[in-house]
Amino acid sequence: MSVLVFVEGLNGEIKKSSLEAASYGSQVAQAMGTSATAVAIGDVHEDALARLGEQGISKVLYDADDRLKQFVADAYVKVIAKAAQQESAKVLVFSNSNIGAAVGSKLAVRLNGSLATNVTELPKIDGGNFTVTRGVFSGKAFAQVNLTSDLKIIAVKKNSTDIISNGGTSATVEKISADLAESDFAVAPKETVMQETDGGVLLPEAEIVVSGGRGMKGPENWHLIEELAKELGAATACSKPVSDIGWRPHHEHVGQTGITVSPNLYIAAGISGAIQHLAGVNSSKVIVVINKDPEAPFFKAADYGIVGDALEVLPKLIEAAKALDK
Amino acid sequence: MKILVCISNVPDTTSKINFTGDNKEFDKNGVQYVINPWDEYALTRAIELKEAKGGSVTVLNVGEADAEPNIRKALAIGADDAIRVNAHPKDAFFVAQQITAIAKEGGYDMILMGKESIDYNGFQVHNMVGEMMGIPSVTPAFKLDMVDDSTARLEREIEGGKEVVEVKLPFVASAQQPMCEPRIPNMRGIMTARTKPLKVVEAAGGEAKSEYVNYSKPEKKSGVKLIDADNAGELIKLLRNEAKVL
Ligand SMILES: Cc1cc2nc3c(=O)[nH]c(=O)nc-3n(C[C@H](O)[C@H](O)[C@H](O)COP(=O)(O)OP(=O)(O)OC[C@H]3O[C@@H](n4cnc5c(N)ncnc54)[C@H](O)[C@@H]3O)c2cc1C
Repeated sequence: MSVLVFVEGLNGEIKKSSLEAASYGSQVAQAMGTSATAVAIGDVHEDALARLGEQGISKVLYDADDRLKQFVADAYVKVIAKAAQQESAKVLVFSNSNIGAAVGSKLAVRLNGSLATNVTELPKIDGGNFTVTRGVFSGKAFAQVNLTSDLKIIAVKKNSTDIISNGGTSATVEKISADLAESDFAVAPKETVMQETDGGVLLPEAEIVVSGGRGMKGPENWHLIEELAKELGAATACSKPVSDIGWRPHHEHVGQTGITVSPNLYIAAGISGAIQHLAGVNSSKVIVVINKDPEAPFFKAADYGIVGDALEVLPKLIEAAKALDK
Repeated sequence: MKILVCISNVPDTTSKINFTGDNKEFDKNGVQYVINPWDEYALTRAIELKEAKGGSVTVLNVGEADAEPNIRKALAIGADDAIRVNAHPKDAFFVAQQITAIAKEGGYDMILMGKESIDYNGFQVHNMVGEMMGIPSVTPAFKLDMVDDSTARLEREIEGGKEVVEVKLPFVASAQQPMCEPRIPNMRGIMTARTKPLKVVEAAGGEAKSEYVNYSKPEKKSGVKLIDADNAGELIKLLRNEAKVL
């Protein structure tokens, strides 16, 4: 019996969301009186894997097959299923990423498990009941859900678990191979294109997000959003109309029909705070709103607010951010 | 080309969310239902492909009779016929089993749906259906075109980038913006929708693997602290020293 965590790598390092999943998994293992193993695939260095000991992982199974450097669902599923079997896993933990949720869904069918995605808290384990809390109604509510199969599969919402750190402990790294066949790669991507971030932060992984709406007036003013983001180590985002009119790319659009973010800090400049926008950002820990209209609905959801012209306020924030010692 | 589009019936995006019966049930009182916004991308793209290549679009809903107005709406937007599996959609696994049963019987070339429903935010059903049917599932896709009669080319989002994938029919895909501009029904569509076939079938058995036991709402924010625009730099200090997020 054990808890198995799937970790995703990017450019040799483990993604922050996977460090969160590892921390979650090792805490579940502790509550169940067992150990946590990780399974890693693809683009990640072995020394980064050993450092997962910090998050309470005792052993890492690693498949270094070069063909797995890009995401191929069928192949990933096979490797993780093999690891789950080998470790007699009772709980599988993923990050609630596009990859994690996809692989988790397929494994729920293949291994006959109960799956909960978008999970925000550690489970309550009480006699026969295993109950998780997950976000529902686009951030407007939470549901407590019993996972009724023997195998529980959990996809943990990003930025909802603190990364734990057990000073200096390292995990053992072992190889695993699932004897993958050509046919497992039948739907391998033809091409993978990563966004240019200019050394900046990717939106889905960001702890701080600086976002602009139609009140920014035009793309020529976006350097203010970008400069503040750079000073704060933040990612940039926008409201839907801003990407619809082409001021910003679609992958920056947050909200009901865009991506959902839950950073520690969300700064919104010139965004009215329509309910569909809030649906994508309402689980951010701290929300700052800059809007020239004191009646803008976003102020009701905000922790801090400045009533004023964003084009005048942002330069002052950039200046103050520059003065912070980092 | 035969396309199956799965739609769910969800509270309008502006709905206030409340619970009744000791927080055990969603309160439908006063709530307007709409076609799940993500599903509208799948539906419209399916209709566009049909218009370009010929074929048919069938909409499928797993749900109770109160979903029928929105099923009719999907017919008014341009689907040819509809199937409703008469069952309470207990969880994603249950719904995926129903879709799989219908899809196997109908022999569809493409099974499309939104990337998730805005009520239960599962992001699960498409991959489960793909796995149950043993065909590829490409999710979440924001571009879908036919390369030739048997191959589709899709672009899917991954964290921090995109992947271009080519798959042979049949396959499952989930849709998200900016796949297309979702259509709204026109007068003629609304008239013809009334006479289009809507078949109601019973659930094909199948079990749920999770039980919703209770709901809660996030804590209310304590109120906004306003900082004077002339003194905007003060905000950065508060974010570091008070909120401790910098
Ligand atoms: C089904 C559906 C789904 C949707 N999904 C999304 C979604 O995912 N994401 C999303 O964002 N929207 C979504 N919307 C749209 C949403 O309803 C709003 O229309 C949108 O969020 C408004 O964007 P905005 O705040 O940038 O623009 P506006 O509503 O035009 O607001 C601009 C704001 O800027 C302020 N302003 C103007 N000038 C200045 C200035 N100089 N300085 C400071 N403030 C200024 C104004 O006071 C105003 O509050 C959806 C709508 C529907 C119907």
